[in-house]
Amino acid sequence: MPDTRYAIAAVLVSAAVTWALRALPFAALTPLRESGTARYLSAHMPAGVMVILVVYCLHDLPVTEARATAPLVALAVTVGLHLWRRTALLSILGGTATHVILASTVFAH
Amino acid sequence: METSPVATEDRPRCSPAPPPAPHSDAHAALRDSAGVGLAFLPLGLAYGALVTQSGLEWWWAGLSAALVFGGSFEFLLIGMVAASAPLASIAVSALLVNVRHVFYTLSFPLHRVGGRLGKTYSTYALCDEAYALTTGERASAWSSRRILWLQFFLHLYWAASATVGALLGSFIPDRVTGLDFALTALFTVLALDAVRDLRGHLATPVLAVLSALFARLLFPGQMLPAAFALFTAALLGRRLATSRTPRHA
Repeated sequence: MPDTRYAIAAVLVSAAVTWALRALPFAALTPLRESGTARYLSAHMPAGVMVILVVYCLHDLPVTEARATAPLVALAVTVGLHLWRRTALLSILGGTATHVILASTVFAH
Repeated sequence: METSPVATEDRPRCSPAPPPAPHSDAHAALRDSAGVGLAFLPLGLAYGALVTQSGLEWWWAGLSAALVFGGSFEFLLIGMVAASAPLASIAVSALLVNVRHVFYTLSFPLHRVGGRLGKTYSTYALCDEAYALTTGERASAWSSRRILWLQFFLHLYWAASATVGALLGSFIPDRVTGLDFALTALFTVLALDAVRDLRGHLATPVLAVLSALFARLLFPGQMLPAAFALFTAALLGRRLATSRTPRHA
């Protein structure tokens, strides 16, 4: 087990870096907000950012192996539920439950 | 628990002041946060369980969840701390995984959050989900307090579920795996909602997928920052190309 002081220091370092990335750019980028380009970016970035995060979550998917089926089926369930009911909680719980069931039973290794 | 004072604003304003606004802002934020926030529960439980399975103390799950408050990096942090990675490489990894937040500052409505303390907390708790919810179309009229309450509720759900997950982790049988899919499902839902807000600008998600795939192929070690940089460059390129032709919004 890692040393307690080290484990706390690791959290503090991570928190400091993360906060810096979340706060400091506001000072530099706020003047740009009024420009048309910034407005264009702010309209189009949220969707793209979330799409990239989805691809990132799936990036180490072993596409040539059978166990890749579990996340792909779960993804289809999530998308299907969300297009159908538009209820975030239902879509997320349905997709996650599908994945847990498939990964723990049929595709358990 | 009181019910939400829906009709407050229509009531005649007589001398005893109506219930103060913070109350209804908190209620509204509680509702805004419910869908995404409850999705934090399976994810936070999985995070906490993974912390104890990795040989770390249960309180470390709550501490890291509350202080770092960046889910995807925290999952990586568990492995690094369990392996006693040098603090410098933890800092570099945090920088690379979380550098995407720089892009959030372009559109997060911090100008609508009031007060120095409010702004400070708002940047501290600027997680992916807070960004997604506050930049959506529905959020364009949210007050400062409503945004702050939303961020606080998300923060609370995450820290609490991570702590509970760490305490209960030993009760989850080893055979049960795959709770971490909650993160993928969460981003999928946020992506679908954000794409719907674009109203048919499907080129944007296509550019995002292509940026992610190129980044994966060209910079597999730094896929996330590379994908955000490529995507931003692609958007800027498209903006330059289309601003010369007549626009019809």
